[in-house]
Amino acid sequence: MANYSTNEFRNGLKVMLDGEPCSILDNEFVKPGKGQAFNRVRLRNLNSGRVWERTFKSGESLEGADVIDQSMEYLYNDGEFYHFMDPESFEQFQADLKAVGDASNWLKEQDICTVTLYNGAPLSVTPPNFVELEIVETDPGVKGDTAQGGTKPAYLSTGAVVKVPLFLSIGEVIKVDTRTGEYQNRVKA
Amino acid sequence: MSDWRPTADFSALSRRAQLLAAVRALFAERGVLEVDTPLLASAPVSDPNIEAITTIAPEGDAVMYLQTSPEFAMKRLLASGSGAIYQICKAFRRGERGRRHNPEFTMLEWYRPGLSLQDLMDEVAAVVSLAVGTIESAHFSYEQVFVQYCNLNPHRASLAELKACARSHLDLSFDSDDRDLWLQLLMSSVVEPALDGTILSFVYDFPASQAALAKTRTSAQGPQLASRFEAFYAGMELANGYDELRDSGELVRRIRDDHLRRAESGQVLPPIDRNLLKAMAALPECVGVAMGFDRLTMLACGAARIDEVIAFPLERA
Repeated sequence: MANYSTNEFRNGLKVMLDGEPCSILDNEFVKPGKGQAFNRVRLRNLNSGRVWERTFKSGESLEGADVIDQSMEYLYNDGEFYHFMDPESFEQFQADLKAVGDASNWLKEQDICTVTLYNGAPLSVTPPNFVELEIVETDPGVKGDTAQGGTKPAYLSTGAVVKVPLFLSIGEVIKVDTRTGEYQNRVKA
Repeated sequence: MSDWRPTADFSALSRRAQLLAAVRALFAERGVLEVDTPLLASAPVSDPNIEAITTIAPEGDAVMYLQTSPEFAMKRLLASGSGAIYQICKAFRRGERGRRHNPEFTMLEWYRPGLSLQDLMDEVAAVVSLAVGTIESAHFSYEQVFVQYCNLNPHRASLAELKACARSHLDLSFDSDDRDLWLQLLMSSVVEPALDGTILSFVYDFPASQAALAKTRTSAQGPQLASRFEAFYAGMELANGYDELRDSGELVRRIRDDHLRRAESGQVLPPIDRNLLKAMAALPECVGVAMGFDRLTMLACGAARIDEVIAFPLERA
C-alpha cells in the first residue's frame, strides 16, 4: 500500500496505526509562527470502533490500509456466519458476528449493505439507512388510534425491537431508520 | 459545484477592508511609514521550520523564492535610515494549510527604532483592539506559563522530563532528542490552549535556543534568554515580536546552525541573504513584530476558519 504524509491526511482516509486499520476523522494542522509544525489527528480504529487522538510531527507518514467499502447483497445466516455476495462478480464473503455487530438487527435477505473489507475479509457491515421489516410480535393493534402519541414495543423479523404506534399489528411491514433505530412509517402491503 | 465563488462572505470581506483602513490610520497617526518590499526574493529564511515556495527567476534559470516574511528587506530599509516602518503584504509558506493557515497569507509587520519590547507589546494591543475593541492584556514569562500549565521549568527540565510531560498530555507517534521540539509541542498543545482566551496574553523571554533573529541575554538566574514575545488571544497565536539582533557574526552563526539542522533532516540548504548580512552593521537598535492579518480579521469577524476571511484559499486559487 501507498504511504500517506500528514498533509495528505483527509477525512475518511484509511491508514494503519499500531498495526490496526483506522479511518481518519479529523486532521488539525498546528504550527507556531516560529517552531515545529504538528498535526493533531483523530482516527477511528476500524477493528474496535474506538476513537484515538494522536499527535504527529508534520511530514510523518502512515501506511495506507487495504480497506475498501463495497456494496453487497446479504444472502443468509448459517447460524455462525453471515454470508454476503458481490452482486456483480458473485463472489461470496462470510462475516462473523464481531464484524456484523449491531447491523445484525437490520439484515434482511437480498438487501444491499455496505461491507467494509480489510485485506479482503469483512471488517464491518453497514446496513441500508432504511429497511422494511415485518412485525412478528406485538400487543394487538388499537383500531382507529392513528393520531395519539402512544407507542408500544414491536419485535421484528430480524430480532430487532422498535417502538411503534399503537395501531400496528403482527404481520404488518414497517420502515425503520437503521441509524437511529426509529420507526418511520407503515409500508402498505 | 460553486467552487469558483469566494469562501468568505461579503460582510467578512468588508470587515477586512475596514480593518486594513483602521490599521493604516493608526500607523499614519503614529508616524510609521508604510513600505512595500519585493515578494519575489533572491534568498529565503534559513529557519528549518519554514519552507519557502520556489520559482524561476524572470530572466535566466536561477531559483527565486516567494518571501516567507518581509523581514530581511525591511531590515535593509531600516539600516538605510528609514525610521519606523510597517508593511501589509502577502507571505508564502510551503505546506502550511489548516483551519488557521493558508500557504499564501497576509502579514502585518512593523519595526520601531528606539522603542522597547514593552512599548511594542502595548502597540500590538492597540492594533488588536482595532479588531476586537478594548481588551485587557497580561504578560507572562515563558518560564511562568510552563511552571503554571506544565508544572516544569522549561530552562532546567531534562529532556526526559519534557518528554514525560508531553506524553502525559498527548498520545504521540514520534520520539526526538531535540529539546526545542518538545518545548514547542508543549507550548502549542498544552500552554496555548490553557491561556485565558478573553485576554490578550503576551509570553516573553523564550529560551535562547528559540531566538530566531532576536537578541539573547543571560538572565540573573542563569538561563540564556531570547528577547522576544508571542501574543495570544482567543486561543490563537497572533504575533511574534523581537528585540532585533544587530550582530552580523551572530547572525552567521545562527544561519549555520539552521543549515546544520536542515542538513540533518535532509532539507534543502537555501542561499544566504548576503544583502542582509551587509546591512546588519547599520541596523539601528529596534524592535519588530509580525502579526497574521488574516487571524486579526478572524477575530474581528468571530470566524473559526481562515477560509471565512479570505476570498480564495489555496484550493480555489
